[in-house]
Amino acid sequence: MARRERKADAVIVGLGWTGSILAMELAQAGLDVLALERGPDRSTVPDFAYPKMLDELTYGVRYGLMSRPRDSTLTIRRTRDETALPYRVLGSFLPGEGVGGAGVHWNGHTWRAMPEELRLRSYVAERFGESVIPDGMTIQDWGVSYDELEPHYDRFEYLCGISGQAGNVGGVIQPGGNPFEGRRARPYPLPPLPPTLNCMMFEKTAREAGYHPFPMPSANASGAWVNEYGMQLGPCNFCGFCERFGCINYSKASPQTCVLDALKRKPNFRYRVKCDVLRVEKARDGRSAAGVTYVDERGEEVFQPADLVILAAYAYHNVHLLLLSGIGAPYDPVAGTGVVGRNYAYQMNGSTTLFFKDRHFNPFVGAGSNAMVIDDFAINRIDFAREGFIGGSYISSGQFNGQPIRSMVLPSGVPGWGAGWKKGVKDWYGRSMSIGSHGSNMSYRDCYLDLDPTYVDRYGRPMLRMTFDWKRNDIRMTQFMRSKIEPLAKGMQPTSWRSGFKGDGARYDVRPYQTTHNVGGAVMGTDPRTSTLNRYLQCWDAHNVFVMGASAFPQNIQYNPTGTVGALAYWAAKALREDYLRFPRPLT
Amino acid sequence: MTRSVTDGAHRPLTTWFDRPSPLAGPDRRAFMKAGALGVAIGPASAGALAQTSRAELDSYQPIFFAAAEWAFILAACARLIPSEGEGPGALEAHVPIFLDRDLAGPYGRGEDWHMGGPHDPNAPEALGFQSPLTPAQLFRASIAEVDAMCARAFGSPFAGLDAARQETTLKFLEAGKPGLRPELRDFFSMLWRNVREGYFSDPRHGGNRGMMAWRHIGFPGARGAFREWADQHDREYPLGPVSIAGERS
Repeated sequence: MARRERKADAVIVGLGWTGSILAMELAQAGLDVLALERGPDRSTVPDFAYPKMLDELTYGVRYGLMSRPRDSTLTIRRTRDETALPYRVLGSFLPGEGVGGAGVHWNGHTWRAMPEELRLRSYVAERFGESVIPDGMTIQDWGVSYDELEPHYDRFEYLCGISGQAGNVGGVIQPGGNPFEGRRARPYPLPPLPPTLNCMMFEKTAREAGYHPFPMPSANASGAWVNEYGMQLGPCNFCGFCERFGCINYSKASPQTCVLDALKRKPNFRYRVKCDVLRVEKARDGRSAAGVTYVDERGEEVFQPADLVILAAYAYHNVHLLLLSGIGAPYDPVAGTGVVGRNYAYQMNGSTTLFFKDRHFNPFVGAGSNAMVIDDFAINRIDFAREGFIGGSYISSGQFNGQPIRSMVLPSGVPGWGAGWKKGVKDWYGRSMSIGSHGSNMSYRDCYLDLDPTYVDRYGRPMLRMTFDWKRNDIRMTQFMRSKIEPLAKGMQPTSWRSGFKGDGARYDVRPYQTTHNVGGAVMGTDPRTSTLNRYLQCWDAHNVFVMGASAFPQNIQYNPTGTVGALAYWAAKALREDYLRFPRPLT
Repeated sequence: MTRSVTDGAHRPLTTWFDRPSPLAGPDRRAFMKAGALGVAIGPASAGALAQTSRAELDSYQPIFFAAAEWAFILAACARLIPSEGEGPGALEAHVPIFLDRDLAGPYGRGEDWHMGGPHDPNAPEALGFQSPLTPAQLFRASIAEVDAMCARAFGSPFAGLDAARQETTLKFLEAGKPGLRPELRDFFSMLWRNVREGYFSDPRHGGNRGMMAWRHIGFPGARGAFREWADQHDREYPLGPVSIAGERS
């Protein structure tokens, strides 16, 4: 029999970006808010303090801040006829854990989705006709428009002190920004970071080719910033230890630097760490939740009653909890019925590395979002009917770090080990830059999440099972980007260059790191037959359960997800504060 | 020459070592590059450091590897990153000491990994590591199997072969032929990855003795403050590395 805790007005599962934002918003509304975090507590000091944080092996290679597969993992297979096996060692993606979540160790690329991406199915149908959508592709509209989200993107960007150059303010195109972005009400809070050599070289080449380069919108602050909660950021010092690391310098926007210290001062906010939520408990009325059951640090099972349940764990953990709790019908890919687990998607990226034997790039002079970008091949810029795919990418050259274990890129022809390798690392370290594409990934009928029939976690619950593989549409998209990037690379006259883009027949491989942009599985929408959540991130089947995060994306956008995750959190918070809390019910 | 950085209340953490001035002239840069800052381990003393580090390695008592395994590790490291040529070999950089400590610790025990069954070591490689063995068990079993294969083929365990035969053996292992049994198929990739980790990680982990590998490529280690270098384009960074413990080279 589980121990029963005192009831909270709202219980929040996971204290990362969205959990922190929702906790702050609901605490401001006067609710008694309790957050449950399965990992440890973390603060800039002592957890990210200089010098111990600048340890590539411990954090960059051995994933010292990530979720350990021993504690929590999932199984993966490429196709329905394969046997899924546990993701035993981290590789392809790196889920976070602990207070701050993955918001601690991201790079800080902070984008908005394009207006067209939020109504992708309608856009494609209107512009090119439904017939261009291949069989088995299950893309859909989000149910929320760009104009509705704009104030919430703005709020998240001002929360984070984003450094960048706006491209479209109030419909007026701004020089040096992204002319293809959706209109924004005002510029970014801070000017762009200073560009490194690779950025300048890419900018020049791109401009000469007729493209429109602009600086990456960055959550590494270019100057001092104080946000709406009174939290302060200082200027980034290009330490070169950003992604996979906590910021030593109070410069990278994170729950720690932007929300938590202000939140912890609120008397009506509490949080408990090392509390692993097992499931959401359904209420007797059959249309709401009664609270959550978790295991505390001592291993004791606890029932936490609450009037409102916010799932704010990592994307696929939200889906796992819904499946284990019986909230929403599980997706069945054969019948095409059910919703929970439907439309899992990833991100399609590629890159070309350019080697210059006489250049000094000083790659250790890096910031997580130090990059120059073009968006000339974005989703709203491509004729899908002519090109034979649906999707788009931004193309960029960044310099994020020069850590020698994981960022040692060598030209073709340098031996993989031995005397030639030793000579090669001396000759070529610091002599390269890259041009990468970061692209969309569509959703498909047979890419989904469900419960594994064999493997169980440490509590005896079925593990989550991921079924995912690359599809021809998205491979065509990335090959299109290759055809745009390689001429730029050649035009820069490097000593040599080499490309890495997925080609025909590419299969998903869980070993090399690709991206931690796992999306979908509890998608938002306007039709309960094809979405788990309504457009306010409220569960269709349990009106007091709201699910944050990229699990709500019906397919993946071409951009890094955090900006949209933050905007959706504020959008849902507004619906909660201004509507739901006054009259709890299914919102329409 | 140490000066503190006072340009911002949020930058208190990187003050204890020198930072290069953007206005520094070539004389100052050459001076600093020669290792005149901090504990001098300049190019003139690199040879002496290499000799010292080899002597330290010779007297090191392994805590994980048994004698025959240690012989294998020393020999394999010497082939993977040889001592000949410019820059430290794996032996001078104490990579074997790193491996010994690493495999005796949490990494060797696979403490962060999901090791629960059932296991299918014959699964497609793209589904990732599926061996039931921890890294420590995998290294032990693989070294024994490779030594036995070398003894059958060449009449000696790996460490007793000449350099050419050792290289041939490693190339075959890398290519997966002759294949080790499926539980061990990741051995070469793990060994080579762990060797690189020992070579390039902070010296606190036991390898990269004297930050020799960082000096070899020009990585400044844990300095962590390069704001004024972001827009200094195409200029060679003049300062040597700093470790987490505060050593300079």
